[in-house]
Amino acid sequence: MAEFRYIGKRRRAVEHRRFVRGQGRYAADIQLPGLLHVAIVASPHASARILSVNADAALALPGVHAIITGDEMNRELEPMLPGVDAPAVTRFPLARGVVRYAGEWVVAVVAETRAFAEDAAELVEVEYEQTQHVVDPEAALLPEAPLVHPAHGSNIIWNRKFTWGPVEEDFAAAEHTLSYRVRWARSSTVPIETFVATCAWNDATEILDVWASIQMPKFPDQLARALRLAGNAVRVHYDVDVGGSYGVKRGLKHTVLVGWLARRLGRPVRFLEDRLENMRGGDMQGPDRIFEVAMAFGRDGVVRSMKMRAVDDVGAYSGRAPLQLGKPVGAIVGPYIINSVVYDAVSVMTNKTPQEAVRGFGQSPTNYAIETGMDKVARFLGMDRVEMRRRNLIPADRFPYLIPSGTSYDSGDYATVLDKALAAAGHDELLRQRDALRAEGKLAGIGVSTCLEPSGGNSSFEPLFNPKNTTTTWMDSCLVRVDLNGAVTAVMGTSTSGQAHETLVSTVVGEVLRREPDTIRVIHADSLNALPSNSPVGSRMAIMLGGAAAGAAKRIRAKMLAIAAHQFQAPEGALEWEDGDAVMRGDPSRQIAWSRLVEIAHREFHNLPEGMEPGLQEKFVWEVPTGGMIPTADGRVQMYPCHSFECHIVLASVDAETGKVALHRYVVGHDCGVMISPDVVHGMTYGGVAHGLGAALMEKFAFSPEGQLVSGSFMDYLLPSAQEVPSITIVDHCTPSPLTEFGQKGSGEAGYLGGPAAIASAINDALAPAGASIDALPMTPAAIWRALREATPAAPAREAAE
Amino acid sequence: MTAPISVEITVNGTVRRAFVEPRTTLVDFLRDHLALTGTHVGCEHGICGACSVLLDGAPVRACCLFAAQVDGMSVTTVEGLAPARGELSKLQDAFLESHALQCGYCTPGMLIACTDLLARNPQPSEEEIRDAIGGNLCRCTGYQQIVDAVKLASGQEEAAHG
Ligand code: FES
Ligand code: FES
Repeated sequence: MAEFRYIGKRRRAVEHRRFVRGQGRYAADIQLPGLLHVAIVASPHASARILSVNADAALALPGVHAIITGDEMNRELEPMLPGVDAPAVTRFPLARGVVRYAGEWVVAVVAETRAFAEDAAELVEVEYEQTQHVVDPEAALLPEAPLVHPAHGSNIIWNRKFTWGPVEEDFAAAEHTLSYRVRWARSSTVPIETFVATCAWNDATEILDVWASIQMPKFPDQLARALRLAGNAVRVHYDVDVGGSYGVKRGLKHTVLVGWLARRLGRPVRFLEDRLENMRGGDMQGPDRIFEVAMAFGRDGVVRSMKMRAVDDVGAYSGRAPLQLGKPVGAIVGPYIINSVVYDAVSVMTNKTPQEAVRGFGQSPTNYAIETGMDKVARFLGMDRVEMRRRNLIPADRFPYLIPSGTSYDSGDYATVLDKALAAAGHDELLRQRDALRAEGKLAGIGVSTCLEPSGGNSSFEPLFNPKNTTTTWMDSCLVRVDLNGAVTAVMGTSTSGQAHETLVSTVVGEVLRREPDTIRVIHADSLNALPSNSPVGSRMAIMLGGAAAGAAKRIRAKMLAIAAHQFQAPEGALEWEDGDAVMRGDPSRQIAWSRLVEIAHREFHNLPEGMEPGLQEKFVWEVPTGGMIPTADGRVQMYPCHSFECHIVLASVDAETGKVALHRYVVGHDCGVMISPDVVHGMTYGGVAHGLGAALMEKFAFSPEGQLVSGSFMDYLLPSAQEVPSITIVDHCTPSPLTEFGQKGSGEAGYLGGPAAIASAINDALAPAGASIDALPMTPAAIWRALREATPAAPAREAAE
Repeated sequence: MTAPISVEITVNGTVRRAFVEPRTTLVDFLRDHLALTGTHVGCEHGICGACSVLLDGAPVRACCLFAAQVDGMSVTTVEGLAPARGELSKLQDAFLESHALQCGYCTPGMLIACTDLLARNPQPSEEEIRDAIGGNLCRCTGYQQIVDAVKLASGQEEAAHG
């Protein structure tokens, strides 16, 4: 492997230096003179007609500037687009005529302070007539179900059944088949910062300035389009720090509303969600999925074929949510040699809060569904679950490996990572501990999962799920500039929500230019200054932004080497780059220093090679490796380019009396290729495990039969604290990607993609001796307690022979 | 609305006087009146701990107190943790060294909770650390590197986890 000077080394993150001082600059910290504030009147009903709105009393309060309804605002807007071809499913920030979920925004109140706005909102009278609603996704599929969007003609917003390979033959030939159903509950990433949007319109420049806590691809373009403004009339400031996102900080409807209000009122306006607004009407809930799976396998434990039906409840409106069924196409067989697959993906609308992109973009639920099947097959055959996985893992010598759905996995060594994780966990000792706990009469179990993290986020699911969409690239860009004094600045074109992009870019540029990374400044430009970018989604920034930064830095380096060669009248290539200076190959006495090259480039036109532009500023727009492919007619496509791998080993115990789970040991074997910033990778992995623990055991957006969200605060939607999250051991492995600049792969979703599956595996192992099992998340104490009570004491405990 | 009332609160060592609406919370007072935006808001119902500050040396949730309630008292926010301008407290430095944060949103509250812990217990065990930050939610870090940072700051760990 190449020797790196800065890549892979420990380094204090650049952005943390302001955060520990309390000097971050989040969207809620932006102070503008004359700022007005918004409060929302939300629908109390899951489905209703709006009969009237009376705002007279509210408008009479002092400090109230405007009270706006959808009827007034929406005719000046373009609808926000659904991610699939469903033009009748229109979506605006405020409801018009009908409401489709409890929490949907109906009226916006603008006042001098948020408190005044809330006072006024309480006085707005909205008269509703309730209509039929549907909350359960399977009920929504029935012919008699009320339609969430009657104009669309169906509650199914998207459905396609893919067949890749000889599924029926493989099923007919298999010695065994087994089918099961698993339920992934509606949870989300729930950042500690809610959405914030602050906008200011300038009548003279006709520019809308936007400071928003967002992590969203193509945000300025979509915002401008919805507001019927030219793209260059919207300036999104990417230099706001975003207080966590992990996928959900889209906030388009928030910003469309606030942008429109700022322009209408001629005053800067802010909307800062409170927690209930965020949970109920923030449109940030995650996948809500029912899987029906069948696996065909032999006595040897090798799974030959799989049929998977996934019904996903996107809620009352659609953004990119249906596409979260699309990304897993690129890893539909997990890390296994499964030969053929049927994938029937159904996206259904209900009268619930809309779904948004969540860490992994649908992959973690899919991984959980596959892994549950692997455990069931092992249990059915009486085979050790680890041994069973070994027999199914793609061997290291078969990469690049083409899976049935058309995606090629770039590289990996799954068995080695599994071995490393088992060794770190002390697997034999864990088994002894589990059995000792069992001997004490406790319920104890070991969980294992082996899962993929597709990374490098291309958007191939867009053309796959919408033939009118011909997107085949999701480039990212960087600009590197050396100023007249020789200092280096890199410019990136998105905001950051904790991924330490300033650290990433300065490390990479420092590596290429051999300059100390701490001397390199990284700037988050605004959308009028930035190069095109697709934002930090799909575990892509180490690959894509890292690749773009390296590309731009290499152009700077090449230019400086060309200047040096010209100075020596030597052919290009005669000099090499050493410690930031140009040095003659074989004769280190002949060299030109960085400072001199900077001087020539900026000021000595007479010393530049003929035809060379003066100055030192280069950009690079990097195309997603393997991008550029339109899906085949049978729906095969290269989804993401790179594939990280993780193996989780967990020891858990369950209190039989209370259903409470304790995790005693947690090990993750992780391979994301070359790590640019190991601390960043490890941090995200720890955080991903904690998030996965939440999804597996605690977190659920629960709705009553009436469609009311019953977990809208942190008192009933439970986030794991330091007391639930165990100490975690990470074991690294490195299989470089052949497709990327330094061999890196993505890691932003690490931990979350295999965590829920492994924890569920451990709990089912613990429950097995009691004859109980659970195939639904979250496995709350109440759910476990019920499962134990339902298992008849006499039920045969088919324990795996481990 | 009720007529504004006057409060006098010592914040990070400086006496601050202001007229506030009686319903103004301490966190809104710090952020909106004093422009001390280092203290964050995550839930406004006392669960997340993002708004934590020290009140006469003890950690409290600034979202659950009215500014008027702390009239005459002394508040320390994240902006007041460093011993001097341009310096960091040992704990802040350890947070950097151990990569104990990502988005930084929970960090001010975490620093307050851990500053309090170390003041009471200079050599906390892992369990004591997890107990002390049990009321501060972080969605980024999984808490591990925060535990590492507190150990490092208390001289109990040579190298951080990484
Ligand atoms: S904002 Fe005060 S505890 Fe959450
Ligand atoms: S660092 Fe992001 S919430 Fe803790």
